Amino acid sequence: MKAMAWKHKDLLGIQELTAGEITHVLDTAAAFKEVGQRAVKKVPSLRGKTMVNLFIEPSTRTRTSFELAAKRLSADVINIATTASSLVKGETLKDTALNLQALNADIIVIRHSAAGAPHFLSRLLKASVINAGDGAHEHPTQALLDAFTIREKKGRIAGLNVTILGDILYSRVARSNIWLLTKLGAHVTLAGPSTLVPRVFEEFGCRVTHDIEDAIRDADVINLLRIQHERQRQTMFPSIGEYAAMFGLNKERFGRTKPDAMIMHPGPINRGVEIDSEIADCGRSVILEQVTNGLAVRMAVLFLCSGGKIAAEGAE
Amino acid sequence: MNSLTIKNGRVIDPANGVDAVRDVFVVDGKIASAAAKGAEAIDATGKIVTPGLIDMHVHLREPGRSDKETIETGTRCAARGGFTSVVCMPNTSPAADNTGTIAFIKQRAAEAGCVNVFPTGAITKELKGEELAPIGSLKKAGVVAITDDGRCVQNNELMRRAVEYSKMFDLPVLDHCQDYNLAADGVMNEGHWSVALGLRGWPAVGEDVIVARNILLAEQLDWHIHCQHISSARSVQLIRDAKKRGIKISGEACPHHFTLTDECVKTYDANFKMNPPVRTERDRAAILEGLADGTLEIIASDHAPHCTYEKEVEFDVAPFGIIGLETELALALELVRKNALDLPRLVETFTINPARLLRLKKGTLSVGADADVTVIDAKREWTYDVTASASKSRNSPFHGWNFSGRAVATIVAGEIVWRENGQR
Repeated sequence: MKAMAWKHKDLLGIQELTAGEITHVLDTAAAFKEVGQRAVKKVPSLRGKTMVNLFIEPSTRTRTSFELAAKRLSADVINIATTASSLVKGETLKDTALNLQALNADIIVIRHSAAGAPHFLSRLLKASVINAGDGAHEHPTQALLDAFTIREKKGRIAGLNVTILGDILYSRVARSNIWLLTKLGAHVTLAGPSTLVPRVFEEFGCRVTHDIEDAIRDADVINLLRIQHERQRQTMFPSIGEYAAMFGLNKERFGRTKPDAMIMHPGPINRGVEIDSEIADCGRSVILEQVTNGLAVRMAVLFLCSGGKIAAEGAE
Repeated sequence: MNSLTIKNGRVIDPANGVDAVRDVFVVDGKIASAAAKGAEAIDATGKIVTPGLIDMHVHLREPGRSDKETIETGTRCAARGGFTSVVCMPNTSPAADNTGTIAFIKQRAAEAGCVNVFPTGAITKELKGEELAPIGSLKKAGVVAITDDGRCVQNNELMRRAVEYSKMFDLPVLDHCQDYNLAADGVMNEGHWSVALGLRGWPAVGEDVIVARNILLAEQLDWHIHCQHISSARSVQLIRDAKKRGIKISGEACPHHFTLTDECVKTYDANFKMNPPVRTERDRAAILEGLADGTLEIIASDHAPHCTYEKEVEFDVAPFGIIGLETELALALELVRKNALDLPRLVETFTINPARLLRLKKGTLSVGADADVTVIDAKREWTYDVTASASKSRNSPFHGWNFSGRAVATIVAGEIVWRENGQR
């Protein structure tokens, strides 16, 4: 694997990365994936480093994945969740972050309901800031693990038809995927109700359709997004039932997809809403592999942002 | 005392149709036709001399939030910016919905203010949009208009009554145009950039529907509604069309709305968060057009001080608003430099137009008028350093900007309250 300089202290979003940098993360992750298959699933790359999981919005899978990734790299990990933190006592995010810095934290992984919160922290801190999801803005490690999974299964990303279906407007996963996939040359189609998939997304190089049949017909990859009740106003569509009827991936629609169309979902799944329960579990679904790959991708990100230089050796 | 001769400047006094090089005489705090004996002289050769500028939209934060600004610091800020009069908004704590608060503001202004302060009163009690404030008593206490600025009366019937009722007292109604359902929890303009940044959008149509409502009410009731800080192209068009039909409607433009676009939010710096938000290039251009053709006849800053710690937070939770008194004139002069606005029109927007709307005996250099005068050097190069602001707050998006043109002397009732390189 050829060495390539990684210049970033932080991973704030996909928007800041070049196609070459994205590929470099994916290549690095491929090396780390092998570590997870060993009997002893641990390498010393981040020994002596401290990573703080600062989760100011509830999360289970992303937090767990970052924690495990850091532990497999031998870092020390502290978890701070919103209910346990001093933020509820009225301390500002700035003060919390400066306190963590005073404890010599090397990496701060932040999940926050406010878009731009990681960018705000990165301007304040010497520590690496990793965005684990900021409001409706970006979720870069999710997009990277999605890309890793697509590349692993399909052998490439450029030229593929990728459909992202569901709540695009409020989705950070959608945005990070849009930036990443368009940078790597995929054809991105966004689909869902017009209130959640406004035409303005065409300005970012995507095709927008409100016709589910049109959206899935030629897709090589279908990435289904959860309807995010917590991020949504009540006026966006009539009901979950109508959403499922109009845009849910049911068996009938699934039957009209390409025979090798791959089904993805960032989780958590609302079975029977955006996806039929059986389809989520079928052979063309890679939902659990996405979780496995997430670990490798996060190890790669932590490694690179900590100054790890040679990808292939990182896993040795 | 308070006698001055301002010599040889280009005097622009739109109310009197004057644009000529001449002297301006001040005798005993009033504009006079000849110099007083032994009066101090200011050489204004090469400078512009205008009636004292009026900013009809500022938040002085006193009473209640004197950690952000006081009448003393806010008026000093105004003087530095070339303003001899400011009109302060009623969203203080307690709100200016009662005669006691108005009396307090006037008293503090008399004690500590270095420029004229004209208070406005609330439309509704506590600016809640539920019950009318005692508008007649507020008028007696000295308010020059009513407004719930910062908030917007959503109940159309209540707004109708407010307009109908204030007409009886010859009080114009100023409105912050924002439909709460459409704007919802938006923090920036809805469009390309809100989508790219994942921030909640506050769509232009949320302003437009209230502007349209105000036009209909102004027409129905034949009374004056002034739409504050217009941010949207469609609102400009609505006001333009309504004015052609003779409706008593007017509009105000803020420097940030004719200078910035929503792309500036991309760093998530909360000093670019204001309400209404800065919008697209199309909106910005429409506001300039509105200023040029007189649709928007007033420029005001919406000077809104906030503490640094309040702004140094996530964009979503930061308060709306920026300070503007010190940069406002320079940003407006920039329009003249770019030929988007001619100088007499610019002077009108800061002088006679707000004076006429609010029935202030200000905004002219007529003989006998209060000697409020601003001397402007339109060519003066300078850089705005917000850390040296006269304001208590530092929330300006224009820190570090280079400008060409500024006030070099601010004169209130014949007294020099601020002068470059010789501050008072």
